[in-house]
Amino acid sequence: MEILRANDVSFEYDAPEEGKPAVKAVKNVSLSVQQGEFLCILGHNGSGKSTFIKLLNGLYLPKSGSVTVGVWDTTDESHTWDIRQKVGMIFQNPDNQIVATVVEEDVAFGLENMGVEPAEIRRRVDKALSTVNMTEYAKQSPSRLSGGQKQRVAIAGVLAMKPDVLLMDEPTAMLDPSGRKEVMDTVEQLNREKGLTVVLVTHFMEEAMRADRLCVMEKGSIVLEGTPREVFAQTETVKALGLDVPPMLELSERLKNDGIAVRGDPMTIEEMAQELCRLKSEI
Amino acid sequence: MREMTIGQFFPGTSFVHRLDPRTKLLIMLAYIVLVFLVKGFVGYGVLAVFLLAACLSAKVKIGYLLKTIKPIIVIVFITFVLNLFFTEGETPWLSLGPVKIYPEGVRFAVMMALRLIFLLMGTSLLTLTTSPMALTDALERLLKPLNKLHFPVHELSMMMTIALRFIPTLMEETDKIMKAQAARGADFDTGNLIDKAKAMLPLLVPLFVSAFRRADDLALAMEARCYHGGDRRTRMKELHYAKIDGIAAALTLLATLGIVAERIFL
Repeated sequence: MEILRANDVSFEYDAPEEGKPAVKAVKNVSLSVQQGEFLCILGHNGSGKSTFIKLLNGLYLPKSGSVTVGVWDTTDESHTWDIRQKVGMIFQNPDNQIVATVVEEDVAFGLENMGVEPAEIRRRVDKALSTVNMTEYAKQSPSRLSGGQKQRVAIAGVLAMKPDVLLMDEPTAMLDPSGRKEVMDTVEQLNREKGLTVVLVTHFMEEAMRADRLCVMEKGSIVLEGTPREVFAQTETVKALGLDVPPMLELSERLKNDGIAVRGDPMTIEEMAQELCRLKSEI
Repeated sequence: MREMTIGQFFPGTSFVHRLDPRTKLLIMLAYIVLVFLVKGFVGYGVLAVFLLAACLSAKVKIGYLLKTIKPIIVIVFITFVLNLFFTEGETPWLSLGPVKIYPEGVRFAVMMALRLIFLLMGTSLLTLTTSPMALTDALERLLKPLNKLHFPVHELSMMMTIALRFIPTLMEETDKIMKAQAARGADFDTGNLIDKAKAMLPLLVPLFVSAFRRADDLALAMEARCYHGGDRRTRMKELHYAKIDGIAAALTLLATLGIVAERIFL
């Protein structure tokens, strides 16, 4: 079932100075997001991916084309708050999206804005905190948490609002490797176990490999689309776009160039090990 | 720099901790008025008993409360000295050339110093036993009637909350920028006052730029979480007056009566 749809969407920022042309960040992008899928938008800096994702919950409104969430168009102001509730968003900087001075108060922030009853807020906050394994920090000040923990608090804040879609704008870009893993594991678990639809914007190839579907953006347009395996198999194109190729795919590419018949484009180390064992047994 | 004690809060479950923050704010208001109403030492006695009782029931160490005066000790001293020398009375106690000290001066100087000390200890007790969140909450609810006069009550309390939230973040940032500038040869410690102020400039500019960027990000994040002002907004923790609030109010009334009686009869 389709849950989010971008129809031939374009967006431009106001010109930085008068007399100069406006900056076109997104150009004629069409994309459909299905319920329960884990979609990743990959691209390097300035590819328009962060702008595009902000169009999906009406933070930015398209210059042309349309974005629909369920049956609502994002330009319809009477449904702005319904859309924001259905489509939650996590931002890049963990510090700049936490509003309150106590963890649980911050998780409650969205619900308070929605006008939910106090008893219900309490219940949902406790549940959301336990979902992201942050219950023991409920009464603490967010400033004492690690980056990964702050992002999990932010995720809890969105989860408490019972969204259908979770948009994430480079949620791990400012985290250390362990924080990155913490956040990605949480997101993957939410997607697989709770069926939450996830749209992840990233420039990390390892994160993109976890997705069901992958879109690569370049200069405001989607240039490649498919499963991570399909996309990364086009090694040359991916490299030409300035992106990394998973190391195992790179290895199999080189083996193929040397005349070794590697089959099935192995992406992970385990797959590669199996394939090499198979090749060895054939010799 | 991060070990600031102003507004520090110690969580607890004592009588004072459990009071509704609105009650505590109102009592504090009454207390401040009383401190200025007090005329003589009997009144200070009443206030001291009141403060001591609050302090004991809050399980805050008296020594800790006394320590909170430290930052204003210089101000207290200057006030004391000025009042000591410049209050005139009838017969001087001491006269050293042009400087004359009258008994009235001594009395007045002691009163003024006590007034400052009582003010600070009282307000410190409030912040020690009430979380900043609870205080802004209480303020929002107490000022609610002003909404009718189009005074932005909710916005004010939201601003206070955000300011409190970002104090540690910006402190950390200042620290980082200072280290970065120092690594490139900036000198924050030597020179006179003007030199030091000038050295602060390369610190303030990046700090402000980053604060504005943060504000932008935060506004987007708040909007993404359905923030649209105070209308129809609910709260997770509602405030309710309980029996203990009545008890505290009664005790405050008693102290008020004592001080008013002192003003009238003594």
